[in-house]
Amino acid sequence: MPHLDLSQKLAILSDAARYDASCASSGTARRDSRDGKGLGSTESSGICHSYAPDGRCISLLKILMTNFCIYDCAYCINRVSSNVSRARFTVDEVVQLTIEFYRRNYIEGLFLSSGIIRSPDATMADIVRIAKRLREEENFRGYIHLKTIPDAAPELIEEAGLYADRLSINVELPSDQSVQAYAPEKNPDTIRKTMGDVRTRKAAATEKSHTGKRGKRFAPAGQSTQMIVGADESTDATILGQSTRLYGDFKLKRVYYSAFSPIPDATAKLPLIKPPLIREHRLYQADWLLRFYGFDVAEITATTSDGNLDLDLDPKLAWALQNRALFPLDVNRASKEMLLRIPGFGTRTVGRILSTRRHRKLRYEDLLRMGASLKKARAFITAQDWSPGTLTDSANLRATFAPPPQQLSLF
Amino acid sequence: MYTVPLPRIGTDIAWRDAARRLIGAGVSPEDILWDFGAEIGELFATATPLPPLTRRIKAPQSFMALADTVVWHKDPQRFARAYALLWRLRHQPGLMQDRGDPDLAKLRQMEKAVRRCQHKMKAFVRFRDLRQGGARRSFAAWFEPTHLTIEPTAPFFARRFADMDWMIATPDVTAQFVDGNLSFHRGQPKPDLPEDGAEALWGTYFCNIFNPARLKVQAMTSEMPKKYWKNLPEAAHIQSLIEGAEEKVQKMRDAAPTLPPLRAERITRRLRGEDP
Repeated sequence: MPHLDLSQKLAILSDAARYDASCASSGTARRDSRDGKGLGSTESSGICHSYAPDGRCISLLKILMTNFCIYDCAYCINRVSSNVSRARFTVDEVVQLTIEFYRRNYIEGLFLSSGIIRSPDATMADIVRIAKRLREEENFRGYIHLKTIPDAAPELIEEAGLYADRLSINVELPSDQSVQAYAPEKNPDTIRKTMGDVRTRKAAATEKSHTGKRGKRFAPAGQSTQMIVGADESTDATILGQSTRLYGDFKLKRVYYSAFSPIPDATAKLPLIKPPLIREHRLYQADWLLRFYGFDVAEITATTSDGNLDLDLDPKLAWALQNRALFPLDVNRASKEMLLRIPGFGTRTVGRILSTRRHRKLRYEDLLRMGASLKKARAFITAQDWSPGTLTDSANLRATFAPPPQQLSLF
Repeated sequence: MYTVPLPRIGTDIAWRDAARRLIGAGVSPEDILWDFGAEIGELFATATPLPPLTRRIKAPQSFMALADTVVWHKDPQRFARAYALLWRLRHQPGLMQDRGDPDLAKLRQMEKAVRRCQHKMKAFVRFRDLRQGGARRSFAAWFEPTHLTIEPTAPFFARRFADMDWMIATPDVTAQFVDGNLSFHRGQPKPDLPEDGAEALWGTYFCNIFNPARLKVQAMTSEMPKKYWKNLPEAAHIQSLIEGAEEKVQKMRDAAPTLPPLRAERITRRLRGEDP
C-alpha cells in the first residue's frame, strides 16, 4: 500500500462515509466547558456548520476509521470485492482531526464508523478506543456518534454508550430477504438484537437504583438507523411498516432513508440508478406524519394501489384528497387531532391556533400570520370569514396541486 | 417628548431600564424617540431626563424574552415597536397568546430573524489559529452578521470554547474572551488574520463528503446563503464541485464492473467457513 498523508486519508475516508445520511447533533444531554478544563458543549438543538452542494447539512466530522472491510455488501462502496483505494486512520489522527476542526468551529463533533477489519470485536474495540481518548484524555465535550458494528460483543457496545451521545446500527435494507440477498454476511436478527440491547441498557441507565442513584449516562441522544431506498424492490408500505416496528420495538430516535446512490466501482449485482430523491423526500414526510401527526401506515399508503407513496403530492395532501368527506374543518372548533390532519398546517401552526382561539375567533388572515400554507389548506377549512364553498369537492382539486406533467420526465 | 439614548453595547439592558421607567410614568409611545448609538442626542442635546423608577412594573415573561431578542434586530423601528406592544399589554393581558395579532406577529417575525442570525453565527464563524504560544491557545475570527447579534451570541462561544482565548470581530462590536473573561468592544475593520493550515484539510473534507449524485444547489443556498460565503473557507470549492458533479456521476455509471481484488475471494471464503 502506498504511503498516504493525512489529507489523502481524509479524502478517502470521508468519501467512503458520505452514504450515511445521519448528521444529527441534537437532542443530547447539555454539557459545556465553562470550568475551563475541557473543550466543547452540546445544547438542545444541533448546529449545521456547513452545507454541501447536495443540500445536506455538515454538522459532524463524518469519517470511517478504515474502509478496509471483510464483508461483501452489494450496495456498499467499501465491500471487499470493490477496487476503491483503501486507507486507515490511526487513533491519534482521528483525535487530532476532531479536536482541531472543533476548535475552529467547523463541526459539532465526530461521527465515526468503520469497515469491518479482522473481526467485529476488534473493529468495535478500536472505535471505542478513539471515543475514550476524546472523552478522557482530551476532555472533549462535543457530540460523538458511534456506529456500532453488528456482532460486536455486548461489553463493547456498553462501553461505547458511555462515551457516545448517539449509537446507531444500520438495518441497511427494508426486508430480511433483501439483507440476505445483498449483504450476505449480515444477519438481520443480530442487528435487531444489538438494537434491543442498546434499548435495554439505555432504559437501565435512566432508572434509579434502590439507593436513589442513577446509572451512568448511556447514549443520551438515543439510537438511530438507516435504510437504503431503491436498491431492492421493497414498496414504501414495506419500508414504513419496518420503520414503525423499529420506532416501536427499539424506541429509535430516527430512521434515516437513504436513496440508493451511484458508487464508484459498483457491482454488476446492483445496477446504478438515478437516486430516487423525491421518493426519499416523501418517505421522510410520511415518517413525520407517523410520529408527530397521529397517522398510521395503512392510512398513508392506502392512497395508491401499489403500496408506494404518490410522488406528485405530499402524503398528507394525498390522504386529504381521498378523504374529502371529513372536510372542510372549522379551525375555530376542530379538535387538535383533526387540525393536525389539515394539509398545509404544521404542528406549530396548530399550536398557535389552539392558543389564540382561547381568546377569539380566527379569520383567514390570522392563519396566514400563524405560518399556515393556505394554498394547500384553504380547500379543507372554514374560518370566521372563509368558506371553501364547492372547492373542497371540486373534481379538478388534485390537478391544482400536482406538478404539470412535463416536470415528471426529470425523474 | 423623551429622547432615549441607547448604547451599542448593552442595548438590551438600557432599553429594558428605559421602558420600565417610561411605562411606569405612563408615557405613551408617540412621545418617545429611541436613539440607538446615541447619535441624535449629540445633535440636539435637549434630552429630558427619564422619569424615575417609582413602582414595580410587571410584564409577561414572554414579552421580556421577545424584547430581549428584537433589540438586536437592525430595523430602526424595533425599539418603538416593542414599546408599543408593552403599552398595549397594560390593558390586554392575553395579547401575548394571540398569534394572529399583526403587531405581535411583526415582532415575532423580527425575533425569528434575530434567532436565525444568531444560529447562523454559531454555525458559520470560522476561527483561525493565532499560534501565539503560551498556556492557552488563541484563535480569532471575522464575521459579518445580518443583525447586531454578537453580544447575545458570544456567551455560546464562551460555554463552548472555554479552554482557549478567542476573539470574534464584527463591523459593529467585537467580542473578546481572554483567560475566561468575556468582554465587548466597539467594532473594527476586518483584521488581518494569519493563514491556517487546517482550512485546507477542512476543504478536503467538504469536497469528499459531498455526493455528486445528489446535486441540490438550492437546498444548500437556502440554508447557507451566498452572503456568508466570503468568510467560509470551504465555500471556495462550491463552484467547481457543482460544475464537476455530472461528469463524476456519469463516470461511475459508465465504468464497467471490475474484477474483485485477489484477496476478496480468500476473505469471503474464510468468513463463510468454506476454507479448511
